[in-house]
Amino acid sequence: MALPTYASPLERIWYYTYLVICCLVFLFLIAPILIVIPLSFNAEPYFTFTQKMLSFDPEGYSLRWYDTLLTLGHPAPETPRDGTWWAAVWERATWVQAAKNSFWVGLWATILATTLGTVAALGLSRPEMPYRRLVMALLISPMIVPIIIIAVGMSFFFAKACVAPDSAMGFLFGWALSEKGCLANSHLGVIMAHAVLGIPFVIITVTATLTGFDQSLIRAAQSLGANPRTTFFKVIMPLILPGVISGALFAFVTSFDEVVAVLFIAGPDQQTIPRQMFNGIREAISPAILAVATILVVISVLLLTTVELLRRRSDRLRGVTGR
Amino acid sequence: MAEAPTALLTTADGRPLKAALATAQARARRRAFLLVLPLLAFVLLTFLIPIVYMLKRSFEHDGFASSAPALVAWFKSNPDFDPMNPPEEAYAALVQDLARMQVEKTTGIAGTRINYSVPGSISLFKKGAREAASLTPPFKESLPALDKEWARPALWRGMASASHVYTAEFYKVALDLKLTDKGWERGQDNERIYLYLFAKTFLISAIITLLCLLLAFPVAHLLATLPMAKSSLLMILVLLPFWTSLLVRTTSWIALLQEQGVVNNMLVALGLLDDSGRLAMMYNMTGTIVAMTHVLLPFMILPLYSVMRVIPPSYARAARSLGATSWTTFRRVYLPQTLPGIAAGSLLVFILAVGYYITPALVGGADGQLISNLIAFHMSKSNWSLAAAIAGMLLASILLLYWLYDRLIGIDRLKFG
Repeated sequence: MALPTYASPLERIWYYTYLVICCLVFLFLIAPILIVIPLSFNAEPYFTFTQKMLSFDPEGYSLRWYDTLLTLGHPAPETPRDGTWWAAVWERATWVQAAKNSFWVGLWATILATTLGTVAALGLSRPEMPYRRLVMALLISPMIVPIIIIAVGMSFFFAKACVAPDSAMGFLFGWALSEKGCLANSHLGVIMAHAVLGIPFVIITVTATLTGFDQSLIRAAQSLGANPRTTFFKVIMPLILPGVISGALFAFVTSFDEVVAVLFIAGPDQQTIPRQMFNGIREAISPAILAVATILVVISVLLLTTVELLRRRSDRLRGVTGR
Repeated sequence: MAEAPTALLTTADGRPLKAALATAQARARRRAFLLVLPLLAFVLLTFLIPIVYMLKRSFEHDGFASSAPALVAWFKSNPDFDPMNPPEEAYAALVQDLARMQVEKTTGIAGTRINYSVPGSISLFKKGAREAASLTPPFKESLPALDKEWARPALWRGMASASHVYTAEFYKVALDLKLTDKGWERGQDNERIYLYLFAKTFLISAIITLLCLLLAFPVAHLLATLPMAKSSLLMILVLLPFWTSLLVRTTSWIALLQEQGVVNNMLVALGLLDDSGRLAMMYNMTGTIVAMTHVLLPFMILPLYSVMRVIPPSYARAARSLGATSWTTFRRVYLPQTLPGIAAGSLLVFILAVGYYITPALVGGADGQLISNLIAFHMSKSNWSLAAAIAGMLLASILLLYWLYDRLIGIDRLKFG
């Protein structure tokens, strides 16, 4: 909103006040995220800027908290950093284990949510879909229903959802279940919980992409002799791919950031980064948390850039110009 | 062909066209539904069934009914007994069950069940079960001699109610009703912790929604009116918090607002605050409100922005050219057009705020806790049925708001970025 030429002095003052207010809100949005980055290089175990940091004395800064991420849980942190030392970091360090768990759970939850969600979104955007509104409401509801309610329900149900190890189901899924053959305290349980939480995002982004999708392209492909599989991979998929990837990234971030369900249904073997952070903040808060936070901020910047680029590409493909 | 012109239209293989169309449409419906079916089954298994199971738990508890068969049978044949003065046979059945609980080690679950309505019952049952074998008739005298709580009418009412597997008792507790000697009564005003916390949760959520609206409105307006290149750049500042881990944002607020944190240090360094007078902005209600406003702000900006972007600026210009002041233009012309965005953003923020758990748990301290934290508390204390009942009440209010959202805005209009 540019200031019109006929604006009165009072309006001019108000206009500049409005710009200042906007700047302050942007500061409120972004400052808390950026503040963790310098704080994570603190040489002292404080959550605030020390005198040395403020005077830009190099001694005030250090990488010690990043080092803690490697040495916490390390069986012999003081030994020389050779191959065995790094191997022990990979196998034993607490934060590295949490990162590995988070990554694998996130990956499988994303694959599950994206495949099921994309196929369902294709069905949902067909005009013939019966009970469309009701089904859509149900599929979006994991985002709306408080996570604590979902977590409580899952913790009751997953503890009872067990299979006998010697049954056919136990043979098929036993490796992914807990020792007792239950969904509770198992990797599969956490993956399923995170997938269901990511599904609304996949549905929303993919159906949004499909609203601009010309259904007659499918009929055109079929009339030219393409079978359903060719139609899907050669015609539908390339057009909705940006939406699918955004949805997948949303699902991954949801899983990568999820802590409540993990607290309620996971066992000690499913320690994830958010859970480790949650416990860290509750118990002994150390700047190591800030080092993790900085790494996560960098990851989210990368993800955001990817999604923005994808969205622009998709808009271009669909002929939507500008934002 | 000599057919009458009124004959039914048919397809090439002679079927009536209407029937053929119906079959084709049914097939199309079936195909669309089949695509959704796998996901529907998955959501059913991992989302809907657990929630239904939880709701069942909020009505069901067989801890007492399964471990006290004699007393359950007696209650069944004497539904109108006087809890003020239960007869000797009731006491005899109770002592028999207590002895049995001691043998079968079910004292804990039976006591836990009664404990929901009559606090203190777990230790009472444990002690009673230990001594049950050595008690002598008349039990009406000897059991209350052990602990006079055994003759309390409230306890007998509680046991009679617990002899049924299905009960609404947990909802009564969650609504702050108390089981007294005369039956279920409303508790004292200062004892209504659950309803108070519900009211507090809704109030804090309303405050957060209002704060979000006040902060989001100017920013969304700026983003919607700036040229595209500039606004896309500023949009990143809105989307970055949206993509950043919730725990990271909560951690940053702790670093900023705690007593030795950045903001307090800055104020002290500037001489605005005494070193002893540092502000308590963390681990209390302020911490919860500030951090949650920050977390939920993008959910308000995005719907507002998408509505404001399509408001033609010519309306405001027309109003100005017809003599309206800038305030009147805003109030009478611009604001009414943004109402769909305000409704969408506010409802979404309010719904998300009511169920928030992590931020209050980490920065709320003692007085910044919300209803979700109470559910988690009762889960950790193994009061599962009560936790389920409170969760059931929270779910009912959320579903009501969700229904409202769908009516007013429509869930298919939900979008990100």
